[in-house]
Amino acid sequence: MKPASFGYFAPRTVEEAVSLLDEHGYEAKLLAGGQSLVPLMNLRLARPAVLVDLNRVEELDFVEPGDGHVRVGAMTRHHEVATSGPIMGVAPLLSHAAGHIGYRAIRHRGTMGGSIAHADPASELPCVAVVQGAEIDVVGSGGERSVPAEDFFLDHMTTVLEPGEMVRSVRFPRMRTGDSWGFREFARKVGDFAVVMVAVLLRIEGERIVAARIGLGGVEATPRRVRPAEQLLVGSDAGRDLIDEAAQVAAETVDPMSDIHGSAGYRRRLVSTLTRRVLNEAVGSQRGQNG
Amino acid sequence: MVDMSHQFHQDVAITLTVNGLPRRAVVEPRLLLADFLRRNLGLTGTHLACEQGVCGSCTVVLDGKTTRSCLMFAVQADGSEVETIEGLASDPDHLHPVQQAFWDHHGLQCGFCTPGMVLTAKALLEENADPSEAEIREALAGNLCRCTGYMFIVESVRAAAERMEGGSPSRGTG
Repeated sequence: MKPASFGYFAPRTVEEAVSLLDEHGYEAKLLAGGQSLVPLMNLRLARPAVLVDLNRVEELDFVEPGDGHVRVGAMTRHHEVATSGPIMGVAPLLSHAAGHIGYRAIRHRGTMGGSIAHADPASELPCVAVVQGAEIDVVGSGGERSVPAEDFFLDHMTTVLEPGEMVRSVRFPRMRTGDSWGFREFARKVGDFAVVMVAVLLRIEGERIVAARIGLGGVEATPRRVRPAEQLLVGSDAGRDLIDEAAQVAAETVDPMSDIHGSAGYRRRLVSTLTRRVLNEAVGSQRGQNG
Repeated sequence: MVDMSHQFHQDVAITLTVNGLPRRAVVEPRLLLADFLRRNLGLTGTHLACEQGVCGSCTVVLDGKTTRSCLMFAVQADGSEVETIEGLASDPDHLHPVQQAFWDHHGLQCGFCTPGMVLTAKALLEENADPSEAEIREALAGNLCRCTGYMFIVESVRAAAERMEGGSPSRGTG
């Protein structure tokens, strides 16, 4: 037996789950896909007294296209996010990035809500949520609220979620037809945690960039946008010199962490290189569409 | 089904199907599915190495999908169908084509990673009957062989793809 013993509850509804959280307070931990929590429990780095298993809460497993967004339930598995037609159609960056999470067997279990709530700085879905301007729907015994992704992540594995609260769903804005995107991550091997990842959304009219978002993951304690680099792009014609400059500005803007996977200086170089490549790819795909 | 009204830390009764056979047990909630298979059912073909989801040795097929059995609890498999390496061949003389290809092409050295490799390769071939070497390597990236025998493993999967082409592979369970 690796994990320390715990009380186990498997509610059927969000209401039951919330009331269990309320009852057990700080003692309770939600179990979603378990691909991050169970390793921590096996190593006894986490020893929750109570586990509230969400895997039988069917109302949390859905993909629901809406007017301006696609809403993804908290218990939707990464493999579903990566392969769902409704998501690929309106949020291709999201499905592409979800396909980069771990390995296939991990994506069969891991969930949207688990990944967002766990808030690993090197995780794909928080980065995509931030760059897309997603809204995170939170439910607790005190009621419901929605939090913009940029306000949701506070620090390394720390979010605005209160002990009695859980993620119900995440709403990703629909991309407009003609918008282009790009995503790359650098990892030592396929499926490893990214050392740095870059996600980009661009809107180009003629040659001119009229909107730009650049999101980074794995660099600082939380995913972030790099607005100075975005502002440099907007209003100018897309070209290699401009993109080189934006990549440089992105690298100068960030305050990267140092760990066993890479020093701050190494991460800064990766930010520059990956930002340049992803921007060039996004501009290239835009030209491909129009040409 | 798991009853919410049970008391704190109480054992839980589960019913599941393993390799086509119905199984019942009463387990502690903290019992990992991998340990349940190995200790309670004696199915020691499911191997445990890292026990933190990195190495893929404990891969099983849960309701048709490859899953790390060290990253879920046996109670969570209540009502599910589980397929382990033992479910692939009816007897040692009639191996699954993927097992036979590993045998023929030296796809195993110490054999520790093999059950996870075979189940992951089988799942790949069920979706992609003719994978390239790059696709095979990507599909197996989450399964570590510390003999580092990857070349023979990739060759085995290619050989299995050729062997299975045109014929329908045997279904593991039943």
